[in-house]
Amino acid sequence: MTDAMPVGDRKPLAPPVDETGALGWVRKNLFSSWGNGITTVVLIAAVLWVASWFLEWALFTANFTAATGAECRGGGACWALIREKFRYIFFGSFPYEQHWRPLFAVITMLAMLVLSADRRMWNWRLLVIWGVGSFITFLLMFGQIHIPLSLILFVALVCGGIGLTLRSALAAPSERMAYYALVGIGAVGLVLRMVGALPAWSIAIAPLSYVETSLWGGLPVTLILATYGLAFAFPYGILLALGRRSNLPLIKGLCVGFIELIRGVPLISLLIMASVMLPLFLPSGTTIDKFLRAQVAVILFAGAYIAEVIRGGLQSLPKGQFEAADAMGLNYPQKTLLIILPQALRVVIPPLINTFIGFFKDTSLVLIIGIFDFLNTANQALVDPNWAGFPGEVYLFAAFVYFIFCFSMSRYSKYLEFELNKGTRR
Amino acid sequence: MLKKMMAGVVAVGLVGVAGTAHAGKDLDAVKARGQLICGINTGVAGFAQQDDKGKWTGLDVDVCRAVSAALFGDSEKVKYVPTTAQQRFTALQSGEVDVLSRNTTYTLTRDTALGLEFTGINYYDGQGFMVPKKLGVKSAKELNGATVCVQPGTTTELNLADYFRANKMTFKPVVIEKVEEIRAAFYAGRCDVYTTDASGLYSTRAANTPAPAKPDDFIILPEIISKEPLGPAVRQGDNQFADIVRWAFYAMVEAEEAGITSKNVDEMLKSDNPSIKRILGVTPGMGKALGVDEKWVYNIVKQVGNYGESFDRNVGMGSPLKIERGLNALWTKGGLQYSPPIR
Repeated sequence: MTDAMPVGDRKPLAPPVDETGALGWVRKNLFSSWGNGITTVVLIAAVLWVASWFLEWALFTANFTAATGAECRGGGACWALIREKFRYIFFGSFPYEQHWRPLFAVITMLAMLVLSADRRMWNWRLLVIWGVGSFITFLLMFGQIHIPLSLILFVALVCGGIGLTLRSALAAPSERMAYYALVGIGAVGLVLRMVGALPAWSIAIAPLSYVETSLWGGLPVTLILATYGLAFAFPYGILLALGRRSNLPLIKGLCVGFIELIRGVPLISLLIMASVMLPLFLPSGTTIDKFLRAQVAVILFAGAYIAEVIRGGLQSLPKGQFEAADAMGLNYPQKTLLIILPQALRVVIPPLINTFIGFFKDTSLVLIIGIFDFLNTANQALVDPNWAGFPGEVYLFAAFVYFIFCFSMSRYSKYLEFELNKGTRR
Repeated sequence: MLKKMMAGVVAVGLVGVAGTAHAGKDLDAVKARGQLICGINTGVAGFAQQDDKGKWTGLDVDVCRAVSAALFGDSEKVKYVPTTAQQRFTALQSGEVDVLSRNTTYTLTRDTALGLEFTGINYYDGQGFMVPKKLGVKSAKELNGATVCVQPGTTTELNLADYFRANKMTFKPVVIEKVEEIRAAFYAGRCDVYTTDASGLYSTRAANTPAPAKPDDFIILPEIISKEPLGPAVRQGDNQFADIVRWAFYAMVEAEEAGITSKNVDEMLKSDNPSIKRILGVTPGMGKALGVDEKWVYNIVKQVGNYGESFDRNVGMGSPLKIERGLNALWTKGGLQYSPPIR
């Protein structure tokens, strides 16, 4: 018993070296048995082999400087093609000397999206960000903007209407008077405009040369179609979802009919309808801008899908929430905007962003109606016979750009879920 | 959140540009607009393609430029509207475009039932065969027993079967719906022969041959087994406008026949040849008859070139496509390009 150490002096032994640290992790996860060990070795070899082949092709033997496609042949990837064509791929047939305009339009749109991704901006600031951002974007793209009188009157009417429904009980008399005034000016003005008493007057802001939508191309087109497609489809989808749950049979029927009709056909058929059938129904000589037709088709289509996603969120809310809101004496718009939607939308953020990502990529379908979105300009770069035969490089480049956008959206969705669920997390 | 989002998207600038494409007479509308709207392909090498700066070039594009030069004295007053195969006729019928110059085959039903008016044939195409050079085949007659890549449900497929049956040969079809996949299958060696319109074969060879191989490793056999006359079309109903489109193209052919090129056109103005004097408007009358400026042919040839120059620059020996003139040579050189006289 003399060799026994006193209890207090005993030192805990360190675990064996192959049980902890990096070595332990490798042993536990990769080589825990003969079978796992062999699988690990084979997979590592395969990954290394593919990676070395890819790097050899994409980097070490790649040609970055060739002046023509012929010089590029024989080696690895021909990135010189991208160097030669990247301005076209990004901006399409927008006048070449004016490429700074779509460039800054893209930057503006990205800034607008990044700013509105921040939750601190989710108040009146969002309105300013989108108003100013959209104005700059379209001013850069069009070069000139004419704001017709009827649009100004319409905006006044809508703003007054929203103010009245939401703040009727809270607003001071003077504020309420202002809303009434807005509605009155808007309504009377629109009626006068319709009967022709007011002239077709418009504010012209024209600092740059006019560039029509048929010349737009590349990344700005993809971003505009996706951003504004979803920005309009989102409120529209909410209205559809609310309408589908309405007690009024007519509204409910219309919404269900619309959603099922749109969901029953592929986007491509809607685009073809908009570009092939619609012009035949319009009176001869009247054409609606092709870009606008595609944009509207995207909005209608996305709206139906978003409506179904949001309906899922609405249905997940317990009945007590609706009843509590009623007990508070809130009217329908107040109940919906203040109680129901904030909770319902939080639930559906993951599927909603999933829909957004899907639609961002679906906008590339506009190539079948001859609109040059980003994928289509990339396609077009392949047509040039001087740079023939490098489809892999161009499509990889396009895929890379799409990946950047879709991956950021997916990361943002993750962050948003975390942020919005703080209240329910322990 | 909803309120902000809804209000946030008030469109400031997204105002639809709705306008009138043609009011009554097409020609009046084009003149009033000061711009020709031309429907072209969304991208096919040599016929309608965009360069690095987004400028459209090609054989079909040159027809639009010639019409613009005849109408306005300036070949650049054209707005190009890329159209897909499904859209093209609607775009013309609905007035979205004034002219359709988009490698469209001239057929009876299109000329009649669709309400189009074809104004000429700027490219005589036809179905051909492409084979790898290493096969050592020199003529389609040697293709007995070959595997052939072909698109299903097209006249191409029917023509192919007819041709082999008529020549008492057999073939194994490899039928693939999508054109990209057909090309991939052909270049991967899944079939010996790829058949489609010859112009398509040339542009596929120039533009889609995958990197290690060279376009020269493939040859296009001399036999052409079907008729595909491609030409510009306008809407029925404005004959004067159709005449201008028709003669703008004929002027290019006539100029080649008379030896007038974009380089020598200024010297040709001093020519004593009465025919050339008439063509170039030195002796007036032709422009007045057509309802355009007397210098219309001068403007076309000076700015666009004659048909031979346009062919050579876009699809012929001066381009990577290297298409032989073949059927598209002048009638004086054994081809089919023939202009009625300008007199």
